[in-house]
Amino acid sequence: MIIKGKIWKFKDNIDTDVIIPARYLNTSDPKELALHCMEDYDSEFVKKINQGDIIVAGKNFGCGSSREHAPVALKEAGISCVIAKSFARIFFRNAINIGLLIFESVEAVERSVQGNILEIDTEQGVIKNLNKNETYKANLLPEFIQKIISRGGLREYVKEEVKRRKINV
Amino acid sequence: MGKTIIEKILSAHTDTNNLRIGDIIKARVDFAFANDITAPIAIKYFKESGAKEVFNKKRVGLIPDHFAPNKDIKSAEQCKLLKEFAHEYEIENYFEIGKMGIEHALLPEKGLVLPGDVVVGADSHTDTSGALGAFAIGVGSTDFAAVMALGEVWLKVPPTIKFIYSGKLNKWVGGKDLILYTISKIGVDGANYKVMEFSGEVIKRLSMDNRFTMCNMAIEAGAKTGIIEPDGITLEYLKGRAKRPYQVYKSDPDAHYEKIIKIDVNKIEPQVAFPHLPENAKPISKAKGIKIDQSIIGSCTNGRIEDLRIAAEILKGQQVHPEVRLIIIPATQDVYLQAIREGLVDIFITVGGAVSTPTCGPCLGGYMGVLAKGERAISTTNRNFVGRMGHPESEIYLASPAVAAASAILGRIASPEEVK
Repeated sequence: MIIKGKIWKFKDNIDTDVIIPARYLNTSDPKELALHCMEDYDSEFVKKINQGDIIVAGKNFGCGSSREHAPVALKEAGISCVIAKSFARIFFRNAINIGLLIFESVEAVERSVQGNILEIDTEQGVIKNLNKNETYKANLLPEFIQKIISRGGLREYVKEEVKRRKINV
Repeated sequence: MGKTIIEKILSAHTDTNNLRIGDIIKARVDFAFANDITAPIAIKYFKESGAKEVFNKKRVGLIPDHFAPNKDIKSAEQCKLLKEFAHEYEIENYFEIGKMGIEHALLPEKGLVLPGDVVVGADSHTDTSGALGAFAIGVGSTDFAAVMALGEVWLKVPPTIKFIYSGKLNKWVGGKDLILYTISKIGVDGANYKVMEFSGEVIKRLSMDNRFTMCNMAIEAGAKTGIIEPDGITLEYLKGRAKRPYQVYKSDPDAHYEKIIKIDVNKIEPQVAFPHLPENAKPISKAKGIKIDQSIIGSCTNGRIEDLRIAAEILKGQQVHPEVRLIIIPATQDVYLQAIREGLVDIFITVGGAVSTPTCGPCLGGYMGVLAKGERAISTTNRNFVGRMGHPESEIYLASPAVAAASAILGRIASPEEVK
């Protein structure tokens, strides 16, 4: 799959309380969560972004709480993909499980600037910066994780496993 | 080559032979749990999975603790989902208000998570139970739903960083100060994807409550989990609690560690982590004088009986500063009752503090102590991110119960030495 979008740059250590403040966690409705995405960082963020935009961030993106509401809010707000130098591990799992695309690429983060347009070949892990005419390489995910993604996320994997093992049926 | 405690636990929970660091394995889960924020999504996905029952009715925990007792109608709806699901699927370990506590304090206390276990919790502070010598990891809701259906979790075998603490702890220095100091040395992603194994003579002498505090905050250095080898103190704690047999594992002397970090505790003062990251810890001597509006003593980090005893020792005979709200939240009903029996609650109320029923409440800006714009809190909780306890322009300083109590009296960040 090829995705293309404008980037929004973020610093290191963007935590899940910033991505979706806990005061909104009394619901798990994706639409409601999306309204408050990144609110404490920039209260206008959700209004500024367009469908398909890309977040480019420093290290340890998604640190903090285990709330799956964080990748859900980003995805529902219209973010197509997050590229970071590194991800906090629970956010990494959650993003894969709910189907938010994520890539680790130090050079993409260091070379690209706010507002650049990136084009990403998600299978090959190749990121093109259309403004700078540069190409960056992203780390490819381990095979097992790719298998989960190709089955449509962890939920589909679990459904198939339940059927295969005939659990409690 | 010897093995670490983590490698031994995971080997015992997977069919993969000769397990190596970096391998992706499926591990059998001994106990899995979620709370009122994370369970509702998991319940939906579990029902969609087609599974008719949870993998083991005795090994699933549902704990309404974050916005419970229900803080508003939406929270009430979420808690109701847990209760109904627990009833419908005959889940034994559902803890209603009046019997509940903050999950990471409650489950060890009830003997439901044990040494040698693989524990999966839909909450990042699940690492707390690593203090018992379990492999305990936080996950999201979808992972928890998968565990409820399949009884297993996929994970990558992590490398371990060993921390060896030596020397003698100074007065008023405990587990909270050690972990804040450690995070300040390695940073908030210093152990990302890795395990932090805490060891050394200082840890050997540390009480269980202090060990829980340390493992609780391993996640604040990005760790997959924190762990401490079980010893006599662990086994003593488990007497009369453990609900089933358990297995004690220990790291081999020649086990491979990615890194070994030695920390001399002799010079460590009580620590205070400045906004807005837990890695911003400074010694109390460099933190004194900052005016505060609120002091929170509680949470999965520091809401256990020893924490309350220390707070009471400092507060006794004093008065809370007139411009400060002191809010004390015992982590579980048992801790609360014990605090009443020991006269601690009497002290807290006499000095002008407020005592609440167990809840995560203010730690994540839910309720029971939300901060207004420009307000500052000293707090024994675990995170001081922007907006974590309320308004995005409020500030949180993380510290031990001793420092939080002393600060409540003086109205500014203070050393326990200043009031004792």
